[in-house]
Amino acid sequence: MNRRNFIQSSAIVGGGLLISFTIPHTNKMATLAEASSESDFAPNAFLKIGSDNTITVTLSHVEMGQGIWTTLPMLLAEELDVDLDKIIIVHGGADKAFNHTVYGVQITGGSTTTWSEFDRYRNAGATARSLLVQAAAKRSNVDVENCRTEEGFVIAENTRYSYGELVAEAALLSLPENVSFKEKANWKYIGKGSKRLDAKVKTNGSAIFGLDVNFPGLLTAVVAHPPVFGGRVRSFDPTNALTSPGVRQVIQIPTGIAVIGDHFWAADQGRKLLEIDWESGKGGDLSTVEQTIRYKNLAATDGLTAQEKGNANEGLLKAEKVLSAEYVFPYLAHAAMEPLNCTVELKADSCEIWTGTQLPAADLEAAAKIVGLNKDQVKVNVTFLGGGFGRRATPTSDFVSEATHIAKESGKNIKLVWTREDDMKGGHYRPFFVHNVKAGIDQQGVPIAWKHNIAGQSIMAAAAPLFGTPKDPIDHTSVEGVMGSPYLSSVPNHFVGLHNTEEVVPVLWFRSVGHTHTAYVMETMLDELAGAANQDPIEYRRRLFQNHPRHLAALDLVAEKGKWKEPLRPDRFKGLAVHESFGSFVAILAEISIGNSQVKVHKIDCAIDCGLAVNPDGVKAQTESGIIFGLTMALYGELTLEAGKLQQHNFYDYRMARMHESPEINVYIVDSDEKMGGAGECAVPPTAPAIVNAIYAATGKRIYNLPIMNHKLSQKL
Amino acid sequence: MDNFSLTVNGTRKEVSADPNMPLLWVIRDLLQLTGTKFGCGVAQCGACTVHLNGEAVRSCVTKVSRAIGQEITTIEGLSKNNDHPLQLMWADLDVPQCGYCQSGQLMSASVLLKENPNPTDQDIDDAMSGNICRCGTYPRIKAAIHKAAKMKQEETKL
Repeated sequence: MNRRNFIQSSAIVGGGLLISFTIPHTNKMATLAEASSESDFAPNAFLKIGSDNTITVTLSHVEMGQGIWTTLPMLLAEELDVDLDKIIIVHGGADKAFNHTVYGVQITGGSTTTWSEFDRYRNAGATARSLLVQAAAKRSNVDVENCRTEEGFVIAENTRYSYGELVAEAALLSLPENVSFKEKANWKYIGKGSKRLDAKVKTNGSAIFGLDVNFPGLLTAVVAHPPVFGGRVRSFDPTNALTSPGVRQVIQIPTGIAVIGDHFWAADQGRKLLEIDWESGKGGDLSTVEQTIRYKNLAATDGLTAQEKGNANEGLLKAEKVLSAEYVFPYLAHAAMEPLNCTVELKADSCEIWTGTQLPAADLEAAAKIVGLNKDQVKVNVTFLGGGFGRRATPTSDFVSEATHIAKESGKNIKLVWTREDDMKGGHYRPFFVHNVKAGIDQQGVPIAWKHNIAGQSIMAAAAPLFGTPKDPIDHTSVEGVMGSPYLSSVPNHFVGLHNTEEVVPVLWFRSVGHTHTAYVMETMLDELAGAANQDPIEYRRRLFQNHPRHLAALDLVAEKGKWKEPLRPDRFKGLAVHESFGSFVAILAEISIGNSQVKVHKIDCAIDCGLAVNPDGVKAQTESGIIFGLTMALYGELTLEAGKLQQHNFYDYRMARMHESPEINVYIVDSDEKMGGAGECAVPPTAPAIVNAIYAATGKRIYNLPIMNHKLSQKL
Repeated sequence: MDNFSLTVNGTRKEVSADPNMPLLWVIRDLLQLTGTKFGCGVAQCGACTVHLNGEAVRSCVTKVSRAIGQEITTIEGLSKNNDHPLQLMWADLDVPQCGYCQSGQLMSASVLLKENPNPTDQDIDDAMSGNICRCGTYPRIKAAIHKAAKMKQEETKL
């Protein structure tokens, strides 16, 4: 690899070394050079070492709970040879330099940060270290080979130089042609782990989230949105709202009526007094009951071919036994704890934005277009994200655009605040999906035919502003997990079909995306087939995983640790699921009981193979997190519509799993040298199916539609 | 609009506000103490939990008038040097993820520990079920509360 192509080092006035990954234009170099040494933000730098020994690492991805605030600095510190606790960490703003190394746009998502930045951040550290060693060698007249580094110092035989002492000279050296990475055996951080570097600020109230941004003169805006998706304002009367204390202004924007006040409460009180005549549009016809029937009818027919082998229909005719099932999955809201918000300061020739976003560059572009400025006149500051789960990655930049429109129309500096109700009704949901499956087994119980049709809205079509209009009519995010399933690869006659539907309800990726429903279908159907074949669910899967060693390893580890073979007390039952997503393989064993017609999940054992676990405890934390997220989805996750109106409002009718519902969780990491995968999303998919497979063991009842709370359960006698 | 003074984290603050304004928004928007979070506005999630005379209250549904003359403690006043046993154990066990709910979790947990120095799992479930964490840090919160309780008891022995 020729590192010259993308790494750049330069000097900072006042003394300092800057390692960045683009080749700056001359004028950009000038900008960087003019930046004072006190400046803590250099837009395209990954690493900055000051002459005062301060080390600043800029993150290309954003911290939303997944722990990359710790992992990315770990990668860099490993190669730079510095004490991790002394590093200053900042979010990068919007910059091409921070584009995803695989996706090509600036995005945090898809459980990709650690593996996709594994080389880039190590490169930054190794390059800087090499330059510092060269500088020390030159100054001390010692051969480079006789210099070594030790936690922020270069030791050149008998002389010890701090990195800060060397940066001025290091910045003038030409870049090394090649740098080598540390051997695995010498890793100090990677694979060993580190405590979270954001724990302190997140336990004393000092971490700044988007909602916490404040400066003199900043007003708060709330927006009355149409009660029905696709609706709009016919007319409105602001008179009463304007008399409310603290209300400054009421304006119409494309998405509704904005009320601007001195603070949130003033604006929100004003909003209650607005008189608006809404026009519903065709969204007023949408109801969940009608949608369910329509999708079931659609999924009963063959969709566009996503994957096919042999002839599924003929295969089914030859089967000894055929199982058929229809599955229904509702719309789901991400419901991050921090409701959506965005702050905008607009001047004649510049616009500055503060928000927690997974898509800083797309948001910048959207804002620039709205206010009619060039992109370089707009700056996006990324705060901590109070949860993302995909909702803070809207290709249409919905909340940033709305805030920008308000700032533009009102001429005020505003912080747009969505209430919980606004957030829940704000769309961009996990799509509503229906699956129709027919699976046939032979006399030995082996699956020999499989016909599978899926109906739902396309997320990638909705993501066109970011990735362009999809060329492939098969949206992989709708079928991932069925398509490419290890079970289907050995089924000689199978068909996977997709119906892309269109609705007024906007949809979006939601933690683990298509796998939220596909894993459920595959893993509950597999359990059903094992039952029909009279086989142990683990042995049944094991046979099908003969050519899928990573699935098998995760399954075997969880079966061993979770003591699958040992009997439980008579009121406890076990269920299991295994699923690959985002390059990682997760097996889950759930232990449940039934009481008060509902399920109680007591324990979850989980094995994950994500390849190298850079921060093992971070992987465990993400896995626990995914399991609780999956538990919420399984027990309570459901949004419904009637005459186009969302029936849920807040946490009292869109429930979240709470402390008393949180099971004992044990996570085991498969010791693996395989290709690195993700961690943030991968435990979500197998959680719900493992729980309902245990429910079947307890009740003899199969659950074909989520959430579980809609089903009355009783333990079989 | 009334003028009154509030005692927040031991300091007297003069405030001019509608007495019906929720304490949450007085704390966040008028006093600019942003550690206390807005999550639901209807006492469902606990992100806004503060102490009123040592009791955990949901500040999003507590009128500011109720806090006049009382001792208000927010996350910023939980300890002087980030050294409340719960804060220490929260960091030690890597509890926070996105971190947004953790102020409220800590404020609820600190009242629990004060009233019950040696809580059982059941006690923790009862005291903490009003605080939602969407990242699902519950197992670590529970472990950290147990560990902080142990730490406190060992301190007392010394």
